[in-house]
Amino acid sequence: MAAFLLRRLVNYTALVVLAASLAYLLAAAALKPRANFEDRAPRPPEAVVEAQLTRLNLNDRTPLADRYRTWAGGVLHGDFGRTWQGEPVTAELWRRLGVSLRLLLAGAVLGSAFGILLGAYAAIARGRAADRLITVGSSLLLAVPVFVLAVLLQIVAGKANDATGLRVFEWVGESTPGASDGPFGPLGGLGDRFRHLLLPTVTIALAQFALYSRYQRSMMLDVLQADFVRTARAKGLRRRAALLRHGLRTALIPMTTYFAYTFGLLLLGGVFTEKAFGRHGVGEWLVDSISRGDVNVVAAVNCLAACGVLLAGLVSDVLYGVLDPRVRTGAAV
Amino acid sequence: MTVLEVTGLRVTYAPDVRAVRGVDFALGPGEVLGVVGESGSGKTALALAVMGLLPPDAQVAGSVRLRDEELLGRSDADLSRIRGKDLTMVFQDPLSALTPVYPVGDQIAETIQIHAGATRAAARARAVELLDLVGIPAAARRARAYPHEFSGGMRQRVMIAMAIANDPVAIVADEPTTALDMTIQAQVLEVLRVAKEATGAAIVLITHDLGVVAGFADRVMVMYAGRAVETGPVEEMYRRPRMPYTIGLMQSLPRIDGAVWTPAGGDPWRGGRMAPIESASPTASAAGSTGCSFRPRCPVAVLGCADGEPEPAVVGPSGHTAACVNTAATADPSDGLRPEEVVQDTALAVPLPEDPCNVEKPADPVPVRSYRNERPVVLYVDDLVRHHQLYRGRFFRRRAGTVHAVDGVGFDVRVGETLALVGESGCGKTTALMEILRLARPQRGRVAVLGQDTAELRSAGRKALRRDVQVVFQDPFTSLDPRMRVADILAEPLVTHGVPAFQIGGRVRELLELVGLEPGHAGRYPQGLSGGQRQRVGIARALALEPQLLLLDEPVAALDVSVQAGVMDLLEELRARIGLAYLFVSHDLAVVRRIAHRVAVMYLGRIVEIGAVDEVYDAPAHPYTRALLDAVPLPDPFLERRRLRTPLQGELPDPAAPPAGCRFRPRCPRYAGLTGDEGRLCDERDPEPQPIMTAMDRHVACHHPLAHPGADQ
Repeated sequence: MAAFLLRRLVNYTALVVLAASLAYLLAAAALKPRANFEDRAPRPPEAVVEAQLTRLNLNDRTPLADRYRTWAGGVLHGDFGRTWQGEPVTAELWRRLGVSLRLLLAGAVLGSAFGILLGAYAAIARGRAADRLITVGSSLLLAVPVFVLAVLLQIVAGKANDATGLRVFEWVGESTPGASDGPFGPLGGLGDRFRHLLLPTVTIALAQFALYSRYQRSMMLDVLQADFVRTARAKGLRRRAALLRHGLRTALIPMTTYFAYTFGLLLLGGVFTEKAFGRHGVGEWLVDSISRGDVNVVAAVNCLAACGVLLAGLVSDVLYGVLDPRVRTGAAV
Repeated sequence: MTVLEVTGLRVTYAPDVRAVRGVDFALGPGEVLGVVGESGSGKTALALAVMGLLPPDAQVAGSVRLRDEELLGRSDADLSRIRGKDLTMVFQDPLSALTPVYPVGDQIAETIQIHAGATRAAARARAVELLDLVGIPAAARRARAYPHEFSGGMRQRVMIAMAIANDPVAIVADEPTTALDMTIQAQVLEVLRVAKEATGAAIVLITHDLGVVAGFADRVMVMYAGRAVETGPVEEMYRRPRMPYTIGLMQSLPRIDGAVWTPAGGDPWRGGRMAPIESASPTASAAGSTGCSFRPRCPVAVLGCADGEPEPAVVGPSGHTAACVNTAATADPSDGLRPEEVVQDTALAVPLPEDPCNVEKPADPVPVRSYRNERPVVLYVDDLVRHHQLYRGRFFRRRAGTVHAVDGVGFDVRVGETLALVGESGCGKTTALMEILRLARPQRGRVAVLGQDTAELRSAGRKALRRDVQVVFQDPFTSLDPRMRVADILAEPLVTHGVPAFQIGGRVRELLELVGLEPGHAGRYPQGLSGGQRQRVGIARALALEPQLLLLDEPVAALDVSVQAGVMDLLEELRARIGLAYLFVSHDLAVVRRIAHRVAVMYLGRIVEIGAVDEVYDAPAHPYTRALLDAVPLPDPFLERRRLRTPLQGELPDPAAPPAGCRFRPRCPRYAGLTGDEGRLCDERDPEPQPIMTAMDRHVACHHPLAHPGADQ
């Protein structure tokens, strides 16, 4: 298993290098940071523009290969260059990654857990009211884009706030300034952060739930009639126990493969969630940087995304090995 | 005392499929009831109803009593306390019946923990004991292995261990050996016997194989269209069955000893035979409305048969009952008793069945007139080799060994004869067939079809030769395109080979008639046909281009016994009429005896013995042939229980690493009895096929062939 993972890791590293390089080359070739200066009034002198662009390694008059070499050399030392404003990209990247993770993590975990459980339940109760409800609900959620969902939730939350007269729901930013200075001290600050997290978490959880419950339902339907579930019942396990211990356990295995894909979708969906809830995370940064022509940021975020997706792939490989003994023993025939 | 009693059991699947329509039986401790029937007769529905494991949309009526406690109508929670403890089940397919993600030891231990409340450690220790009992070597280590690391036979042993874990009162075994090879089947039946003796449980053994039942069961129940049409003690049932369906089953059964079954008192048909109406498969929902459901196929049907479903009536001693109106037609005339009077006849007059040696062998329907070596050779194979490379790793593929699937095989097939390739699964018989079918240069050796060496063929020549070599596949359910009508399926080879369009329609009609189908079948899709009819379409397709050689890959393995008989009759008839030559791949030795002239026994990619079927079967020279024949159960309780056999031990070794010297050595019963010097030959030298002087064209690859084969039988 360790050897297998090591091989995977080597493969993935190669893929990350490739993805990051391509992302940089594409961004550097397509984005025009010079345009930012040309639009400025009064237009800065040519020499200043040149110097500024060269300093940021954004000068389109430098050959692409040279720019790439400079960029890659920096990346090797953990330096993704500077933003348009001249800030170091790496530090900002880590800060924003923290913001994004705080936003996405709870929703992702909750969404996938509920999705798997309710998907399995829908399969067991196939054709009954509960199944129809879950099926219609998840199909509906799949059809609604995340930003629409976020806005809808905000409207509902706003109405609830108005109706109760309390500010139960808060959704703009990560926290209310000065929340930690209240009577409860840092605890109050934590509560405030939690309150701010409520709505975004629900949004992300619902979107994830919709995906996972559909997958899990069909996986579970496959094992529902499986011979080994019948064997488990013949042993004396009740239907529910047999389905949970033998059925769900086996039906989870293919889900690990979906995990990697869904993670990619989650990152993409993150852009909209961050925008909708005023979080200054990675997704928002990427969108803003593209419009600014900030090549270094775009390349860095892409590199991060590649790392993230492949890391998710690695995790799903490990999970697969943990869940399925048939792959664990290696390539036995 | 009765431990398991079923009365008036009925199972109806939604919307209106009546799978079981009134079944009664009672079992004492340690008693074995064999339930026999063709597919669709309701056997599995019966088993699941007894276990209470029917799908929720099924309705059950009647009564299932275990030790005088009613089981029907109980809640799932209630039944769970009985299932796996007092009442257990062994399922058909050991490949899918075990959860793939838990070690087998834990799966057995789970059964113990659920019911006995034992600690995890105690349950695991007991699981190891059980694995040892069912004959799994190195049980303590193997208990930690996962199901995919076991072979089919070993998994079925695990299933049996699971079934006997809590000393059950009754075990329901649903086709426990159907998915296994003959040699493994014999081993598993032995394990089941050990399990029965260890627990004293009553066993309901469900099977389609009359041979399995003959050796194992005390009583037999024959099911047809959801009803128990005949029940009785096993000897009585095989000696003198009274229900025409049972008689038909017995008659259509191919036998390894070549004997033809006749009931005591002569042929009840007086020349007739069970009608092989394959389309009228017992669709349980339709049956019952118009009298006896067997009536359309029955050769002795009378007017009274249409007046409703007959009830089982006592027709012989020890509770032998048959559900037939016209039992007079099947009564033993030598008894001089009217069937009604047989009821009083309680004297156990069990005459010896006829000695199979005296039974006249059926005349070959097509006597091969000329001597074998005078007829032209259709297919010549010499030293054929097919090796598969094994690779490991998903990204960095590296060679990890070579599977010697076919490793130097040679034989010839002459005009008008059938050569059968037999052996356990994995012996390379199908690979050999496919290698011939490729009509290309083999990895090594030579294949010549109609005198043309396939290695020298160019693509035009190969296409021309394909007309003469056609194939029929094993599974008629997957080998026909479900989106093509029968007419299109039959026309396809004709179109491909450029037959003018105006001739095709006529040729399709001809072909349908040739294989015994009606012109109306041409417009149907394969799913509108029964299994036997589909296989007839498969044969017709193969015959469309008037080939001279037909390669048959287990053509009857997927069919029911009575349908099997019809397809085999068709094949024999076609061979005689058209003068075809067959290469017939099969694992079923009884089928081979019935259809083939010559047989080649394969083991690990080699032919170990080849010769005329009767000679090989009557006096096998290779210990493996002998063991294979021994493993096949005879559908005759009297003979089956008195057979002296040396069952084959162990399983097929890894074909990627065949044993040095003689490949059969590790499993060879004869090797064990050899002296050191004699044995060394087997250790060191791989035996070459040697001709046997006493017989024509017979070869055996053994250093110590059985000198007087069959002498000690």
